[in-house]
Amino acid sequence: MKIKADQRVSWALAAPVLGLLLWCVVYPNVTIIAGSFEHGLGYWREFANSPSDREALWTTLVVSVGSVIGAAAVGVPLAFVLSRVEFRGRRFLQAVATLPAALPPLVGVIAFLFLYGESGVVTRAVQRGLHLSEPPWRLTGVWAIIFVHAYTMYVYVFLFVSAGLERLDGTLDEAAAGLGASTSFRLRKVTLPLVTPALAGSMLLVFMSALGSFSAPYIFGGGLRVLSTQIVASKLNGAMGMAYVETTVLAIAAVAALLLLRWFERRRTYALTGKGSNTRITLRGPLARMAPLIAAALVCVLILPHAMIVLVAFARDGAWTTQVLPPQYTLENFTRLAHDPQLWLPVRNSISMAVIATVANIVVCFVAAYLIVRRRFAGRGLLQLLVVLPWAIPATAIAIGLASTFDRSAPAQLRLLLVGTFWILPLAYFVRGIPLVTSAVEGSLRQMDPSLEDAARGLGASWWLAMRRVVIPAARPGLAAGATLAAITAVGEFVASIVLYTHANRPISMEILAQLRNLSFGTAAAYSVLLILLVLVITVIARLLGGRAERVETIPTA
Amino acid sequence: MSGAARLSLDKLTRRFREKLAVNELSLEIASGELVALMGASGSGKTTTLRMVAGYEPPDSGKVWLEGKDITTRAPRVRGFGMVFQHYALFPHMTVGQNVAFGLEARGVSKAERSARAAVALANVGLDGAAPRAIQSLSGGEQQRVALARALVIEPPVLLLDEPLSNLDPNLRRSTRNELRATLRRLGLTALFVTHDQEDAFAVADRVALMENGRLLQLGAPEELHDNPVSRSVAEFIGRATFVPGTFDGTSVTMQVAGAATTLAARAPSTLGDARNVLAVLRPDALAFVKDGAGWHGVVTDRRFAGTQLVYRVRVDERTEVELQSTDRDVREGDKVSVRVVREPVPVVAP
Repeated sequence: MKIKADQRVSWALAAPVLGLLLWCVVYPNVTIIAGSFEHGLGYWREFANSPSDREALWTTLVVSVGSVIGAAAVGVPLAFVLSRVEFRGRRFLQAVATLPAALPPLVGVIAFLFLYGESGVVTRAVQRGLHLSEPPWRLTGVWAIIFVHAYTMYVYVFLFVSAGLERLDGTLDEAAAGLGASTSFRLRKVTLPLVTPALAGSMLLVFMSALGSFSAPYIFGGGLRVLSTQIVASKLNGAMGMAYVETTVLAIAAVAALLLLRWFERRRTYALTGKGSNTRITLRGPLARMAPLIAAALVCVLILPHAMIVLVAFARDGAWTTQVLPPQYTLENFTRLAHDPQLWLPVRNSISMAVIATVANIVVCFVAAYLIVRRRFAGRGLLQLLVVLPWAIPATAIAIGLASTFDRSAPAQLRLLLVGTFWILPLAYFVRGIPLVTSAVEGSLRQMDPSLEDAARGLGASWWLAMRRVVIPAARPGLAAGATLAAITAVGEFVASIVLYTHANRPISMEILAQLRNLSFGTAAAYSVLLILLVLVITVIARLLGGRAERVETIPTA
Repeated sequence: MSGAARLSLDKLTRRFREKLAVNELSLEIASGELVALMGASGSGKTTTLRMVAGYEPPDSGKVWLEGKDITTRAPRVRGFGMVFQHYALFPHMTVGQNVAFGLEARGVSKAERSARAAVALANVGLDGAAPRAIQSLSGGEQQRVALARALVIEPPVLLLDEPLSNLDPNLRRSTRNELRATLRRLGLTALFVTHDQEDAFAVADRVALMENGRLLQLGAPEELHDNPVSRSVAEFIGRATFVPGTFDGTSVTMQVAGAATTLAARAPSTLGDARNVLAVLRPDALAFVKDGAGWHGVVTDRRFAGTQLVYRVRVDERTEVELQSTDRDVREGDKVSVRVVREPVPVVAP
């Protein structure tokens, strides 16, 4: 009897969640694929014969592979040095090294423009220093995109490889040393093979991110075409058929990368479960004195984009022309934002849309994660697939799908008219947040001793009481972490927004773009600072809400 | 340095912040000898082993191997094989690759590597296991692979860190017998760490008992049991009732059950001319007597321990002795007489 009742609970929870995900994740993608075949193979033939699309596909691949190489070249050595060598400032540098990932996508790109663009601070400083008549480089084309990607995406490689090294059982290295293996032999035969799965995973992640990246190619591409910008261009030109084909190609490439990633993870038959008691090499002699200096220099390079945004936010618009640094400073950019309701509107929009999307994420993703971790029922595999799908599919593709599905009211086809309304953006943000929140909550629930819920039920608690007093508290750290990520992503979202926004619900990112086009760099930077502050506030709130549960979590269990 | 010693530790000291983890520990191990470092957790035994292996530098003191000072040598140069508590088998290699690793590091050719790895595996009873994955091994098999991996490099001294602590009790008993047989058969010199006296007694020729970083006593298992040098040793090894008494150099006199009892006694040389001592009454040195002689008392506890029973007998307000007997008919509450049947009894400083 109990089993039957349990199944009923599972289905009562699963049916609405599955229905919602089918409607807002699968349906739009089906619409795109169906749309690409609207004229049989016509659009596909057009795509295959179009030189600009072939160029876009090729460039996308080159950029993605280049980004992977660049990110690994920066991330792997940094991870090794910071987790294997002990020096003053190591922990601080470890924290700073993740900063580039905390920049909202568009803001990071703008910071690069201010720093390394043709009239950027670093560019001009080098030009003056070397007395060149021309800027030493132009931040445009494939190299510029790869440079920006490597800078922001090396964080994935750094974090994955660092985590792999931390988890690595220190006694394995000791055992190898005891058996007579030299340092380089141990690195080659023991350490590297053991972090390879982490490295491969992070490289695929970079590949997927670069594949769908929009901001960097959009700002720095110059005349360069990649698939994501090509999709938006096709849509703006009204060539929806081409946009559908391009979106399908991009999505298939990304999903293929995701499947490859999953395969890699499954192939790893052993788990690294070390005590993390790694011995770090302590530097001696001149190296020890130099290490903090090198570290400080690295910190400066990493903090530079944030610092630049703050600096420009206080620069007087129009006064910065040919000087290395902005000559005049003012608070005007911020006071204008606060006083002009038209300028304040995007801030209000971004906050309210991010709140709506995140609250929906918390409710839906908690139920989804609970079902995946704690329940056995027929639709579980499907649910697992649906919650990771929006992670693989590039934001541009998600946006095009929503735009072409919810562009008319047709209740019989389950279509609502959302395009042109306020609600289309929160829906897009919600879809993008699903994998972030679900996987974080799954992580927390998997750490929970599975017998806790049974124990509560055995003590006479109803299903709901057990849920409220045992399961939800256990999921809290994951909910806090996942919701933070989702809210941060939503509040600075640019890629889906550029496809779906209207003047009335324009988010901060679109306003930043508009101000840049007006050459109001100060105002754009002030918005960016505001965005960075919002990200900080969200992080602090989540720490406060999730903190207490985390402390409970760390009670050692026998 | 005495010429016979294969490995000798000379006043090794290691400090972690304020705590002395190992305090002036000296120890000599002869060629072919199996020595156990035994002690409770935190006694410094693992730190000592790690200093011998070279993973931990001593703050002072020296490690000698065959008359050479190796204190500052890196672990990889020392060439000791080490068996780790959790085995530290490389998860990305097969059994054969694990065992051959030390040879690979020494540049031994592939053919010779696999031949020698096969011999090492055969030595631990794992013939033909070379192609297996580490994950497919049981706990006992993993332990034996770790042993084979250490043996294949023909270490001058084999080091083992709690090699049996990860095995369940039944497996543990058979594995420790095998371990001793293998080490004996190959004529190895070994130093191993354990917190378990049964493991230590079953495998080692001599046992070094440590407490708070100091060596309390070094000797054969029977010696530690029968002639403890201090109360700590007597408490750690086996079970005992301590009864206060006075010692005159050859015998101890105790006030038990309202009368004076004098027994032949043996004191450690460190006792000096102390008169007030504790007599160490082992449960197997006491027996029930039927003739009414001995200490009269009441049975307060009766516990079945396999082939024997363990009784607790209250003989006066201060004294409750524990004794082992094959007599199954005594019950709790019975009035009985007990006597010390094995002399001399060890005495230690209180």
